[in-house]
Amino acid sequence: MAVAATNFEERVNVGRIERWLSMIAGGALAGYAFKRREVPGGVAAIAGAALLYRGTTGHCDVYQALGINHRHAEAARRPGTGMIADRGSDTRAQLGGSRGIHVEESVTINRPLGELYRFWRNFENLPQFMEHLNSVAIREEGISRWTAKGPAGMQVEWDARIINEVENKVIGWQSLEGSTISTAGSVNFDEDPHGTRVTVHLQYNPPGGKLGAAVAKLFGEEPNQTIREDLRRFKQLMETGEIPTTEGQPSGRAARTQRRSA
Amino acid sequence: MKAVCWEGRNDVRVEHVPDPTLINPRDAIVRITSTAICGSDLHLFDGFIPTMHAGDILGHEFMGIVEDVGRGVTNLKRGDRVIVPFPIACGRCFFCNHELYSCCDNSNPNAWMAEKFYGYSAAGLFGYSHMLGGYAGGQAEYARVPFADVGPFKVPEQLTDEQVLFLTDIYPTGFMAAENCNIQRGDTVAVWGCGPVGQFAIRSAFLLGAGRVIAIDTVPERVMMANEGGAETLDSMDPDVFYKLRDLTGGLGPDACIDAVGMEAHGPHLDYVYDKVKTMTFMATDRVSALRQAIHSCRKGGTVSVPGVYGGFLDKFPFGAAMNKGLTIKTGQTHVHKYLPRLLRYIESGAIDPSFVVTHRVSLDDAPQMYRTFRAKQDGCIKVVMKPH
Repeated sequence: MAVAATNFEERVNVGRIERWLSMIAGGALAGYAFKRREVPGGVAAIAGAALLYRGTTGHCDVYQALGINHRHAEAARRPGTGMIADRGSDTRAQLGGSRGIHVEESVTINRPLGELYRFWRNFENLPQFMEHLNSVAIREEGISRWTAKGPAGMQVEWDARIINEVENKVIGWQSLEGSTISTAGSVNFDEDPHGTRVTVHLQYNPPGGKLGAAVAKLFGEEPNQTIREDLRRFKQLMETGEIPTTEGQPSGRAARTQRRSA
Repeated sequence: MKAVCWEGRNDVRVEHVPDPTLINPRDAIVRITSTAICGSDLHLFDGFIPTMHAGDILGHEFMGIVEDVGRGVTNLKRGDRVIVPFPIACGRCFFCNHELYSCCDNSNPNAWMAEKFYGYSAAGLFGYSHMLGGYAGGQAEYARVPFADVGPFKVPEQLTDEQVLFLTDIYPTGFMAAENCNIQRGDTVAVWGCGPVGQFAIRSAFLLGAGRVIAIDTVPERVMMANEGGAETLDSMDPDVFYKLRDLTGGLGPDACIDAVGMEAHGPHLDYVYDKVKTMTFMATDRVSALRQAIHSCRKGGTVSVPGVYGGFLDKFPFGAAMNKGLTIKTGQTHVHKYLPRLLRYIESGAIDPSFVVTHRVSLDDAPQMYRTFRAKQDGCIKVVMKPH
């Protein structure tokens, strides 16, 4: 399986300036996609944008077209930490800079790009291969409700909004303000000599308390591995039409259990 | 149904287990008419392969009658007589598209385990550890076959089970071993190990144009079978195998060397004792003396082909010899699917009758005893075929 695993934090840490620029670029696009007039300039949109950086490098034209308010950006940046001040929505504040958990994983799938994009864009398909999701329901255009499995039968729910969408290229989403979980993500689709490369960036910041523990459990102790397995199942489903399993097959273990209980 | 289960090292039992059912759309259920014990099953029996769980159903060389198919399988129907390749291949990934069926990207549900060991996971196999898929095997009355529109291969009624059964593994494995040698007409090929794979490698090497095959083993009936296949033979316990090979090839060395022994090699030299101690104390995973000798003996610019199974990390591996002599090393689990039409033609034309390797025909209930007999190479045992029905 051609899967490239990268720790997002490690890659981003190549340099502060590059990181800073990336946040602005991603934030500008997020701001553009939001079209939220009440947010001044692109400031608030900068927060949480780090994860969008690679997903949006193809859209420098947007960055240029919008221009960036460097004064506001500078003010928002806390010296020495690379963190972003809480000026905008909860989600952005909680996911800004190095906060939260960042994951980047990719997989190469032997299917046409358009087919993969269309399948993913119908979010209601995602629980077919994302093991922790119970359902994704479209509430209105661009807004969906995500329901995931927590421990002990607990459910975790949040609403997300599509903040960026370029057909056959990228889909980006972010949880709404006030959600139980602050999360943002993007999926990119790129042509590759071996098929289509699908790259997922995911960022989330678990809340505290009991719910926080549930959310942490949701993504597992190794969030990279969790996303990687989701992407593997996506590949299996798209390439073969099913997800291979041995669950439900016979073994001598069942025989022994039966004997003991008999 | 009855099934042969791995219960631990040196512990194989026949258990009553539930019948398999269709799980995925591309599954089929096969009623097994013949199933064999493979030399590589002995690596499981001896506890050399990690991630086996007590209760796992063994067996990856089986054939039978299609009993049921999922809605995704349109090329098979109930009643078809098929052999089932031991690697499970989806037929649609990059690797299957390149006929690298044993490297299928999608068939191992436990790929993450294999990735920890090997970087990337190869195909899932029947009855061969959880790391390699965790699929229930075919030493049973029935088996569930995933991706059944790709794997099971229909065989003509006029051929007996024993003539076609070994298309599942050992015949294509021996053939691929010979094909990997890039044999030029008249070449000399040396084969370490005269078990079933070695036997098929010998015959395939001649078929592909070898002038001479020199086979190396010490078990009399296996050596005799190699002679019957046209090979000259050397005793593997003879400390002078290298010198004898050199003398037999006019000082040049064999053009190609096949290691059909694998990870549990025996040998006359100190390096065998060294491997034995290291593997017994968990400081190494494989015994390497056959492969060392093959690399050492091969002529400059020659090919070393390795159908023998290795599991982990090899100690004292003579890579310096391989590098400085400019050797080509080719290996891999067999891409069985790729070879089936061609090898079936050889069987139909009478160029080969693979049933020559069979020495023991028993019922499924005899499996525990036969594992011991086969491992001890007692009673002239070379190949065991079981008849579950």
